[in-house]
Amino acid sequence: MKLRRNIFLIILLSAVALIIDAPKNYPINFNFFGKDISFTISSPTLTVGTFHRELLIKQGLDLQGGTEVTLKADMSDVELADRQDALDSAKEIIARRVDLYGVAEPSIKTIVSQDDYRISVALPGVSNPDEALELIGQTASLDFYELPIATDSPTYNDLRSTGLTGKDLKKTSVGFDTNTGKPQINLEFTEEGGHKFGEITSRNIGKQVWILLDGQVLTDPVVQQAILDGNAVINGEYTIETAKNMVITLNAGALPIPIEIIQQQNIAPTLGSESIRKSIQAGLVGLGLVALFMILNYGWLGFIADIGLVIYGLLTLSIYKLVPITVTLPGLAGFILSIGMAVDSNILIFERMKEEIRKGSDWSRSMELGFGKAWDAIKDANIATLITTFVLFNPFDWTFLNSSGMVRGFALTLFLGIAISLFTGIFVTRNLLRALTSSKGVHAN
Amino acid sequence: MPTKLKILQPMKYWWLYFIISLMVIIPGSYSLIKYGLKPSIDFTGGTTIVWEVKNDEDNLRKLAEESGINIQTISQKNNTWTINTNALSRESYQAYKTKVIGVQELSFDTVGPSLGSELIRKTLYAVLLSASLILIYVAYRFKNIKFGVSAILAMLHDSLILLSVFSLIGHFWGVEVDTLFVTALLTILSFSVHDTIVVYDRIRELKKKHGYLETNDIINRAVVETMGRSINNSLTIIFMLLAMYLLGGESTKWFIFALLIGTISGTYSSTFTAAPLLIVWEKISHKLKK
Repeated sequence: MKLRRNIFLIILLSAVALIIDAPKNYPINFNFFGKDISFTISSPTLTVGTFHRELLIKQGLDLQGGTEVTLKADMSDVELADRQDALDSAKEIIARRVDLYGVAEPSIKTIVSQDDYRISVALPGVSNPDEALELIGQTASLDFYELPIATDSPTYNDLRSTGLTGKDLKKTSVGFDTNTGKPQINLEFTEEGGHKFGEITSRNIGKQVWILLDGQVLTDPVVQQAILDGNAVINGEYTIETAKNMVITLNAGALPIPIEIIQQQNIAPTLGSESIRKSIQAGLVGLGLVALFMILNYGWLGFIADIGLVIYGLLTLSIYKLVPITVTLPGLAGFILSIGMAVDSNILIFERMKEEIRKGSDWSRSMELGFGKAWDAIKDANIATLITTFVLFNPFDWTFLNSSGMVRGFALTLFLGIAISLFTGIFVTRNLLRALTSSKGVHAN
Repeated sequence: MPTKLKILQPMKYWWLYFIISLMVIIPGSYSLIKYGLKPSIDFTGGTTIVWEVKNDEDNLRKLAEESGINIQTISQKNNTWTINTNALSRESYQAYKTKVIGVQELSFDTVGPSLGSELIRKTLYAVLLSASLILIYVAYRFKNIKFGVSAILAMLHDSLILLSVFSLIGHFWGVEVDTLFVTALLTILSFSVHDTIVVYDRIRELKKKHGYLETNDIINRAVVETMGRSINNSLTIIFMLLAMYLLGGESTKWFIFALLIGTISGTYSSTFTAAPLLIVWEKISHKLKK
C-alpha cells in the first residue's frame, strides 16, 4: 500500500511540475485528420495570499541583456561613523532614480568590503545603458521651492526656487512631537542655510514650501512660524518607518558623496538569446547521450533511471520558476552539469545490484541490498559537495568570501541539482523499480 | 586461518600512478612558476569590448590611439571584434565608440584594478575554508585523520593539475583565467572529494566485513570494485561537458573546459592518488613504529 501511495505521489508531483513548466502563451497549431486544431499552452499564475508567481523563468542579466555597474563611494570627506548611513542614503537615491527611469526588476545592493564602500546596480533589459548610467551618476539635488504668487491650484511652473538646497542642510534626524508623540523630521541647517531659511519662512507664514529631490516633490509642509535659529521640524502623518526613509533621502541630498564606476558590464540582448539557444541545444544532446549510455549499460534499469532523470528535469525547472531563481549562464551550465551528476546515485546503486546478483541473490533482494549498501557512499559524497556549494554561495555574506551574482547562481543551481537528484535518484527510481518488480512477480506466478 | 584469496593488486604499482601525475604536474609547475597564469581583467583590472562592426584592425587601433586608449589585444571573428584595453572610464569609451562609426555593442566589461587583488584573496579563503570543512567531515565520518588528509591531498592534486593545464594553455594559446575559472576550481574540489569518498566508503565497508584481510588487500579490492562505477559516472558527466563544450556558447567555453579537465583528473585521483596515498601512509607509519 505504501508503494502505491509513493507511486501516486511521484505521478502527482510530475504532473504538477509539468503544469508549472509549461511555457507562457505558447500557441500550438496542427492538422489532425483534416481537422485544424489550435490552442495555446500556458502555465498558470499562482496567487496564494501574498505569494504571487508568474511562473516564468527569471533570466539573469547575462541572458536577457542589460547592464551591471559597481560604484565606489568616495568617503574621504565623511566621518567614519556616518559612512554606512551615507552609503544607505546614496543607495536610496539611486533606487529612486532607477525607479524614475523605469527598469523592470532592478537590483541595487550596498557592499562594504574592508575600507571600500560600494553600490552594485543591476539593470536587466536596459537597452541604452549609457543613458541609464548618466542618470545614476548625477549627485542628488535637494531644493526648496516657494510659491511667490498665491494660486488656488499651483502648478509646477508657478514654483520658484528659493536658492536653499541640500548643501545648506547640516543634518536631519527623526524626532517626536512633544505634544502628540508622533514621529517628525528634524532639520538642522548650516549657519548660512539657517539664515536663508529664516528669510524664506518669514515671507511664507501660513503658506506651503516644497522640498524637491531630483525634481520630484518629496514633501510640502506648511510654514507655521518664521524660523530663525536654523532648526526646523516637518510635521506630517509619518510613521517611524516613513520618517526614517525620509531622513535617509534628505541626508542623501545633504550629503552628496561622489561616486565612481569601478566595474561595468553591458550585455546586448542578442548575445544572451544566442547563449540560451546554444545551451539548450547542448543540454538536449548531452541528456540524450547520458540516457542512451544508461540504457546500453544497465538495460531496462537504465531506462527507469532515465525516467527518473526526466522527472528530475521537470522538478528542477518548476523549482526554478517557483522560488524564483535567476538563471545565469554559469547557472545554466550548473544545471546541465547536474544532469550528468544526477545519475550518479543510480550508477552507484546499479553497480551494487550487479554485485549482489553476481553473488547469487535473487532480483528483488539484490535491489533492496543495492539501495541499502550504496546509501552510505551517496550520503557522504553528496555532503562533501554540499559543503562546497555552501562556501560558494556564501549565505551569510561573509565579507572575506566572494558574493558575486555569477558564482552564487552557479552554487545555487548546483545545490538544487544535488538535492533534487537525491530525491529522484533514490526515492523515485526505487519506487518505480519496486512497482515493476511486484507486477513482474504477479506475471511470473 | 582462511586461505588467502587471490586479489588483483593494482596498488602494487602505486609509484607508477604518482609518476603519471607528476608528468603533468612537473611541466605544469614549471610553467606556473615561470609564466604563471594568464589573468583576465577580472584579476588585473581593464576593459573588454565586444563589438560587431565592419572595420579593420589598423583603423580600430588608430582611432583608439586618438582617443587616448591603449589597446592591449585585439582579435576578430567574422565581424565581431574583441578588444582588451586598460580600464576605461565611461567618457573615454563613449568617445572611442562614437569615432568608430556603425558600432553594435555586444558587450562592454570594465573592472577597476582594486577588485582584482580582492578576487585572488577571496578565492584563496574559499579554497581554504572548503578544504578544511571537508577535511573535518571526512576525518569524522571515517574515524581516522588519514582519510581526511589523503582526500584533501588528492583534491590539491586535482587543483594543481587544473592550474598546470591552464598555465600551459595560457602560455601557448593565451587562454585567460577569470571569475568563472575560480568557480570551476571550487566545483572540481567537490567533485574530487565526491569520487574519493566512494572509494573510501568501500574500504570502510570491507574493513568491517573482512577485518582479517590486510589493509593492502582491502584497498586493492576496494579500488577494483569501485572502478566500474567511477568510470561510468565520470563518463556521464564527461558526455554533458563535451556537449556543452562543443555546442555551447563562446563565453562559457573555457569554464566547461576547466570542468572537463577537473572531472578527468578527479576520476583519476580518487583511484590512483587517494587510494595509494593510504598505502604510503600505512608504510610510513609502519616504519615509524619500528
